[in-house]
Amino acid sequence: MDLDASDADAAFRAEARAWLAAHVPATPLPSLETREGFAAHRAWEAQLAADRWSVVSWPARYGGRDATLFQWLAFEEEYYAAGAPGRVSQNGINLLAPTLFEHGTPDQRARVLGPMATGEAIWAQAWSEPEAGSDLAALRSTAVRTDGGWLLRGQKTWSSRAAFADRAFGLFRSEPGAPRPHQGLTYLMFPLDAPEATVRPIGRLDGKPAFAELFLDDVFVPDEDVIGEPGQGWRVAMSTAGNERGLTLRSPGRFTAAADRLTALWRESADPTDTALRDRVADAVIGARAYQLFTYVNASRIAAGGTLGAESSLNKVFWSELDLALHETALDLLGPYGALADDADDAPAHGSWAEGYTFSLAGPLYAGTNEIQRNIIAERLLGLPKEARA
Amino acid sequence: MRFLLTDEQREFGRTLDSLLGAADTPAAARAWAAGEHKPGRGLWARLAETGVFALAVPEERGGMGPLPLELVVAFVELGRHVVPGPLVETVAAAAFLHRLGDGAAAGDWLPRIAAGDAVVGLCADGEPFALDADAADTVLVVRGDTVCRTQARGPVQPGLDPTRRLARPLGGTVLARGPAVTEAARHATDLARLLTAAQAVGVGRALLARTVEYVCQRTQFGRPIGSFQAVKHRLADALMGVEFAEPLVHAGALALANEAASAGAGGLSAGAEVAAAKVAAGEAGYAAARAALQLHGAVGYTDEPDLSLWIRKARPLRDAWGGPGACRARVLTG
Repeated sequence: MDLDASDADAAFRAEARAWLAAHVPATPLPSLETREGFAAHRAWEAQLAADRWSVVSWPARYGGRDATLFQWLAFEEEYYAAGAPGRVSQNGINLLAPTLFEHGTPDQRARVLGPMATGEAIWAQAWSEPEAGSDLAALRSTAVRTDGGWLLRGQKTWSSRAAFADRAFGLFRSEPGAPRPHQGLTYLMFPLDAPEATVRPIGRLDGKPAFAELFLDDVFVPDEDVIGEPGQGWRVAMSTAGNERGLTLRSPGRFTAAADRLTALWRESADPTDTALRDRVADAVIGARAYQLFTYVNASRIAAGGTLGAESSLNKVFWSELDLALHETALDLLGPYGALADDADDAPAHGSWAEGYTFSLAGPLYAGTNEIQRNIIAERLLGLPKEARA
Repeated sequence: MRFLLTDEQREFGRTLDSLLGAADTPAAARAWAAGEHKPGRGLWARLAETGVFALAVPEERGGMGPLPLELVVAFVELGRHVVPGPLVETVAAAAFLHRLGDGAAAGDWLPRIAAGDAVVGLCADGEPFALDADAADTVLVVRGDTVCRTQARGPVQPGLDPTRRLARPLGGTVLARGPAVTEAARHATDLARLLTAAQAVGVGRALLARTVEYVCQRTQFGRPIGSFQAVKHRLADALMGVEFAEPLVHAGALALANEAASAGAGGLSAGAEVAAAKVAAGEAGYAAARAALQLHGAVGYTDEPDLSLWIRKARPLRDAWGGPGACRARVLTG
């Protein structure tokens, strides 16, 4: 057992650090949940892609660097430590791309991955519906067979990034009479700029349009944009859901970097006799380190040929609660300044704590609520009996 | 990087688990609580045969260490099986004597510790009580930059965990004085903290396993209580605590083994890494005890079932060798 980076990994980290030091914008970009900020973040994706830093773990032929899992983790640590911008492409890169690598056709990979890597096409996730959040089996929007493809109809909601994104991916019911609700679902990619698609941005708690609802009125999707077999969408989607909860969406780097910033803030500004606050700062540091080490365990297991199963539910609950604790503690440390939005005149110059706080509030809700995750942990990792269901 | 135990380390843990599982450790713990040390010393002798104590002692003194990671693997099992006695203190005393230099005390005691023949107490600076001084062959008492050896003690005082018998050490003869004592004590404290954390992980795992078993067979309202969401969520949280604490304990062991070099990928010093492990493991063990008590209901609140041995141990382990406050402060000093 060791925590030592190989020479190759150390060299990779050093190269990433040097590139980031030379390229990370000196002034933070505007919030990516605004039209102006979205465009600025799209340009940043192009800049990352130009030097092949946007998708380091992908094969070189799709614009990546064939980075190992440990190299990817190192890149993410460096990325967040450098204070680099949030990733507007992350829904595509972290959720759709792994699905395409696993279930997509060579043609799909060739068409979709390049523009995704450069930020030319930004993807939105379109899973939730008004009556179906964590319970994806309750999805009602439909895909109806037509010549050469499918017609999508229905309503999607809380669709992350959809306010300004170009395309979306989601599950649709293609066999209305299927015997079980998990069956007869099809996973499709569709355009958001089709005349039959209406995108209505939804303001989140801070009013910024971080997501949207989609009204689909016979949006045409050609057969080549179905991922996996029609009717097998559930199985295809579950591999993405594991990614979302597990390793790829929430790399430890963002939490270790936030914990470092929090510690710096505490050293600068805290009342040293306030041990209650000190203990919360320490707990955030301990939590971030624990999350990092737990990820190293999982990465080591995967590198040794293993797989990640229901452990991703442990990850999900842990990082979402850690993220919230980190930001709540920061707001308390900031005192009266903690009440200001990031673009306020007197906003603290320590980073985007307000936006980060707002975003962290969503952590326990999305990617499968923490209640659902705790059920999965109890049933699949501890072996407790299933709840009686009506 | 390969942040996984080796097959040998896992096998060592399994060996201890099956040895202790067959040894009626709860009975030894209850006897120990009553001041009857013979079954406990018998357990120590068997542990010595597997090499547990030798892991703390360098080769030139008859051991095969120091090997903090293997010690951690062992102490998780010792916690899982509530093995009584000043295990942490004896092993930390070995580290202390070794660090202090090759004096006569090291020559006298280290081979005996490695062989499992000596039970040694270690009372840290500022700590009023020595653990299990009534069972110890000797107690090392650190006060400032001075260390004394004594067998004299005040009366054993009743504790929250009756298997942890506390007494004030009295008098003693000076073994050493000066900065080397302070430095050796710092190192021994880090090791004691780490192994206490490992024990807490083992206690947490044992409590979880017993509670999962119980809630699957205990029925209320016509269903196993383990099917109720409130019960599930409490156990999911307890599992999460233990699962995220154990890697910290392993990283703490690596950091101690590698103290002179870098502290690992996180940039924490060995002392801070160990303190982080102690906070997380201590809280996880205690949370598992609270969950076990709650979910066993009145069964958990009774002394007779062996479960009580684990429930009562969790809190003192959380607080021994630097409670959560002290350890949190240590984490932030970097």
